[in-house]
Amino acid sequence: MDELFAQAWTVARKDLLLEFRTRTAIVSTVVFTALVLTVFNFGRDPTAVPTIDLAPTILWVTFTFAAMLALNRAFQLELENQALEGLLVSPLNRTSLYWGKLIANLVFVAVVEAVGLPLFVLFFDVPVGRVLVPLIGVIALATLGFVAVGTLFSALVIRTRFAELLLVVILLPFLVPPLIGAVQITAQLLGGRPLSEAVGYFKLLAAYDIVFVSLASFLFRFTVDE
Amino acid sequence: MLSVEGLRHTFGEGGGQVVALDGVSFTLMPGQALAIFGPNGAGKTTLLKVLAGLIRPQAGSVQVTGGRRAIGWIGHQSHLYEHLTVRENLLFWASLYGVPAARRGPRAAEVLGRLGMRDRADRPVWSLSRGLAQRAAIAKALIHDPSVLLLDEPFTGLDLAAAAELRALLGELRGGGGGAAGRVVVLATHNVDEGVELATDVAFQRHGRFVHFAPRGGREPAGIAEAYRRAVTDG
Amino acid sequence: MTLAQKGRRITVLALVCLAAVYVRALAFTPVERLQGPAQKIFYLHVPAALWTEAAMILVGLAGIFYLFLKDPRLDRFAEASAEVGTVFATIVLTTGPIWGKPIWGTWWTWDARLTSTLFLFFLYVGYLLVRGAVRDPGLRARYAAVLGICGMCLVPFIHLSVFLFRTLHPQPIILKPSAPSLPGSMLATWLFSLAAFTLLYVGFVTQRYAVSLTRDAQRGERTGRA
Repeated sequence: MDELFAQAWTVARKDLLLEFRTRTAIVSTVVFTALVLTVFNFGRDPTAVPTIDLAPTILWVTFTFAAMLALNRAFQLELENQALEGLLVSPLNRTSLYWGKLIANLVFVAVVEAVGLPLFVLFFDVPVGRVLVPLIGVIALATLGFVAVGTLFSALVIRTRFAELLLVVILLPFLVPPLIGAVQITAQLLGGRPLSEAVGYFKLLAAYDIVFVSLASFLFRFTVDE
Repeated sequence: MLSVEGLRHTFGEGGGQVVALDGVSFTLMPGQALAIFGPNGAGKTTLLKVLAGLIRPQAGSVQVTGGRRAIGWIGHQSHLYEHLTVRENLLFWASLYGVPAARRGPRAAEVLGRLGMRDRADRPVWSLSRGLAQRAAIAKALIHDPSVLLLDEPFTGLDLAAAAELRALLGELRGGGGGAAGRVVVLATHNVDEGVELATDVAFQRHGRFVHFAPRGGREPAGIAEAYRRAVTDG
Repeated sequence: MTLAQKGRRITVLALVCLAAVYVRALAFTPVERLQGPAQKIFYLHVPAALWTEAAMILVGLAGIFYLFLKDPRLDRFAEASAEVGTVFATIVLTTGPIWGKPIWGTWWTWDARLTSTLFLFFLYVGYLLVRGAVRDPGLRARYAAVLGICGMCLVPFIHLSVFLFRTLHPQPIILKPSAPSLPGSMLATWLFSLAAFTLLYVGFVTQRYAVSLTRDAQRGERTGRA
């Protein structure tokens, strides 16, 4: 077990080091996030719709789009000099490879969200102070779920034509349950309603995470081995 | 030791089936180097991929003493991350191959020294010339001191001097003879002149089958090349 | 009798049954008090919706068995089931609005159940797109199996979000835990319709399976000659 985690961490650290070296992907994604938030500001009628009603949607649509960009690059960087082949020849456990990619993707998306959330608060003047901790909890739960599925699918499409496009198409239906949950809980939090009303959605998010993280950990080997 | 028994593998199904491996069996001891010659599509790469554990054969078995950890692979691609330095690449692969943390640094330095790349260790891979990148790829394949080396067309794209250098290195790595245990080397190429000097054993592969498999003995490269031409062109 | 002929006969039988269902529904089953004649579409809509989900679950089960047994027949079945599921989803998505217009006063609402069928439809489309994007039959089958298994696990989550999301949809009246609250004659008609749809599914899948069998054989011959 220790070996599994050690290998996963080696892969994740390598991915993050590469990300830090090139910076193109992370900077583009952060800028993209800021742009989407800006576009949302002009894509609504401020006199007709109160910001607070739209805020959860804005937040989650932005985060999902940003995550999609992040997921696309996860296995793309393994195609350089066929490094993926090298990983598969090595004694690296397939589940460790998946976990490594998952960790790196989560860190990547977390960085984007860490920039996106303050921007969101700033642009839309949403009071999050009181609910910051549960809000971060929801973001973490929902992000884990869709990044887990997305990491599996990005390995699935990497050797197909139109990989980027295909990933978005197959991933979106899977984003629906966590997205519905996240938007609903966020709406309740921002609306100042008690957290107890959102228990069902919290359970939904937690169940989704458990099911899809385990499933993806198990199924991943079938996407890479010949 | 590397031993395979009755390997069979096909691609596709129905009438479009292509037989990539058909009843391939052999055993190689440390110090032995098998050169496999065959035209494109003969199944050489499939064989190497099966040996490396990339493809699970439909029939037959592969036994490698030491498992995946014992295998070093040099293929068409370097497997190096362009935006990491040579040293960072080596440390990453060393870690994946289970080289203990304390040994990784010295081991990387040792391999780099052997390939004459010590002064380029901290340059990112993208900044290296083609020849140096190839050397870095060899360093990557050797970082965990593998006892079995699998080489798929390793001379492609190298100039004459670099190819000669690589041959010398591989001969040294193969070792054996002089008391040292040496390593198992399997080399696949379509060009007889490139690999034959290094080989202790020679095989010709065609349609997935070894049509010829024998110790090289005292045969001259020219004689082997002639035999290969006949084996590949007849019937 | 060839497989294709068998499939055709089952399909014809199913269509005859379906016609009989509608004769019974229109002539011999009472008109629902609140919804009027529009309710008649329910005999088409609900069985199709059930089979849309069931087909996805069968795709997933075939995927699980494929990953362990590597039998190409399982993959052919999964492909057939996915295509038939797509057709059934289309039936649900067309009959829904036809019913919705007189009852809800609008062609389309973002009702959770209709939406979840829509996402199931997208899931099918994504699944079929992935199949189309991979040329190697072994790889295609493996990728499809992975995606199918994930799709199968997604179905309950889509369902779960139905119960949590505010919904306009008539509450399930047949598959609810307590005794069905549908009048006997309506239930009989509905069960008859479900049987007809089951036959229709079997007929379609058998025919589709026969088509891929012929296609694989032909492709084999063609590449064999080349």
